[in-house]
Amino acid sequence: MSIKISFQNVTKTYFFAGQNSFNALQSLNLDIEDGEFITVVGPSGCGKSTAMNIAAGLTTPSSGQVLVDNVPVKGPGPERGVIFQQYALFPWLTVRENVEFGLKIARHPKMERRRIADRFIGLVGLTDFADALPKTLSGGMKQRCAIARAYAVNPKILLMDEPFGALDALTRVQLQDQLLATWEAERRTVMFITHDVDEAVYLASRVVVMAARPGRLHKIVPVDLPYPRTEEMRLSPEFSNLRNEVWRSVYHPATA
Amino acid sequence: MSATMTEENSKASTRPSLLSRPMGVLAINVAAVVAGIALWAAVTTQGVVGLPTPLAVAHQAVIQAQNGLLWSDAAASLGRVFSGFALGIAVAIPVGFLMGWYRTARGIIEPYVQFFRTIPPLAIIPLAIVTMGIDETPKIFVIFLASFLSSVIATYQGVVNVDKTLINAARVLGANDFAIFRRVIVPASLPYIMVGVRIGLGSSWATVVAAELIAAQSGLGFRMQQAQLYYDLPTIFVSLIAIGVLGLIMDRIVITLDNTMTAWQEKL
Repeated sequence: MSIKISFQNVTKTYFFAGQNSFNALQSLNLDIEDGEFITVVGPSGCGKSTAMNIAAGLTTPSSGQVLVDNVPVKGPGPERGVIFQQYALFPWLTVRENVEFGLKIARHPKMERRRIADRFIGLVGLTDFADALPKTLSGGMKQRCAIARAYAVNPKILLMDEPFGALDALTRVQLQDQLLATWEAERRTVMFITHDVDEAVYLASRVVVMAARPGRLHKIVPVDLPYPRTEEMRLSPEFSNLRNEVWRSVYHPATA
Repeated sequence: MSATMTEENSKASTRPSLLSRPMGVLAINVAAVVAGIALWAAVTTQGVVGLPTPLAVAHQAVIQAQNGLLWSDAAASLGRVFSGFALGIAVAIPVGFLMGWYRTARGIIEPYVQFFRTIPPLAIIPLAIVTMGIDETPKIFVIFLASFLSSVIATYQGVVNVDKTLINAARVLGANDFAIFRRVIVPASLPYIMVGVRIGLGSSWATVVAAELIAAQSGLGFRMQQAQLYYDLPTIFVSLIAIGVLGLIMDRIVITLDNTMTAWQEKL
């Protein structure tokens, strides 16, 4: 398999007034394979969101670089879809108009826009709400709409920043299953940021554990469970062992 | 404890209070207005204060409506407000966007806006009359200034307060600066702009009336100023009530417009 995203010595330092500086991310080296689903988990301040924002092109690294298909990231682009924790739907647009947004920017003809949008709205199960405004949707529905919007521009990569962080536990589990189903139907390279260990293990083929102060890669835990993931797997001893391993490395990392 | 609460809840749902129904509030509004007029009538018919009775004012209103003075005055005032206000908004919105979008533009324009905002538009009238003559131009200019200054800040605030996540969301979907401006900044700042429009219209209306008191040959303010010379209290009252009613109608129109244009907003 080929490398899709490659973090090469990526460091992000924030400087404050005076002599203070803060290493949000220190020398991150990480390769993500094409079509892989990796989750990044770690405590606050471990630089997981910073890493994702650099890959998205929304933040510039202080040193090092991120390569996507061997090309350095210079800024945001539609080939890297981003899903935000706060949904970031345009509140003045309906679900369908939101999903069509990127297609409109790319000047797709109207009929084609509509066809593509309706397909992904169907994929995330929002067909009945295609003409609804975001304010009428629940949190889970908003995030499904955001996922459809990201998919609609046909990105090669999906970068997800704690997308289910604001949802209740049950909705969260349902959306995890739906996301995996969508991912298996429309295979993309996914980098999924979370602080939920269960979620990290359930979704990923590899869990990247990060540590804070300074933000850095701590450990990579491969998840040798086949897709599709099921509820039985979630309750299996193998899952529980993996979860324990990830949990321990998240909450008791070796000191830097 | 919980039993009493449930009981109260069910009572509230089966028998809503007068205030919980929109028509109930309207009924109270109407009653309050009627009571106010009755009080006015009671006080003035007793001759307690030297003010005209509601009946005298109504009589004067009918006379003015019949001879057309009321309509021509209202039209003159409204005409000034709309030309000055339309001009003010038309300039304020692009300037506000400019200030919000470009730091340099903000640096150049903001000191002027902040300075002139502290001067009541009416204080400009003497200067405007001296430099622009006594026809319509100085009045329209002052109204332009009043509506411009209140709308430009609102528009600028709207642009500055656009949720950065929405801008990032547009950017990662491939939007360039122009597309972000057109498809995110403009719609997202619309609620702020509408607040500016509402405040601008209010201050325009206040300014036109005052400007007419100082220098005009027509309009509701001019009529009051004339009536003052002849101690014609009913006419003053007719003009005042007309000013209030027209101001209220304009405000309601803007609110309705705002509610339809920004229906997508999540209101509390």
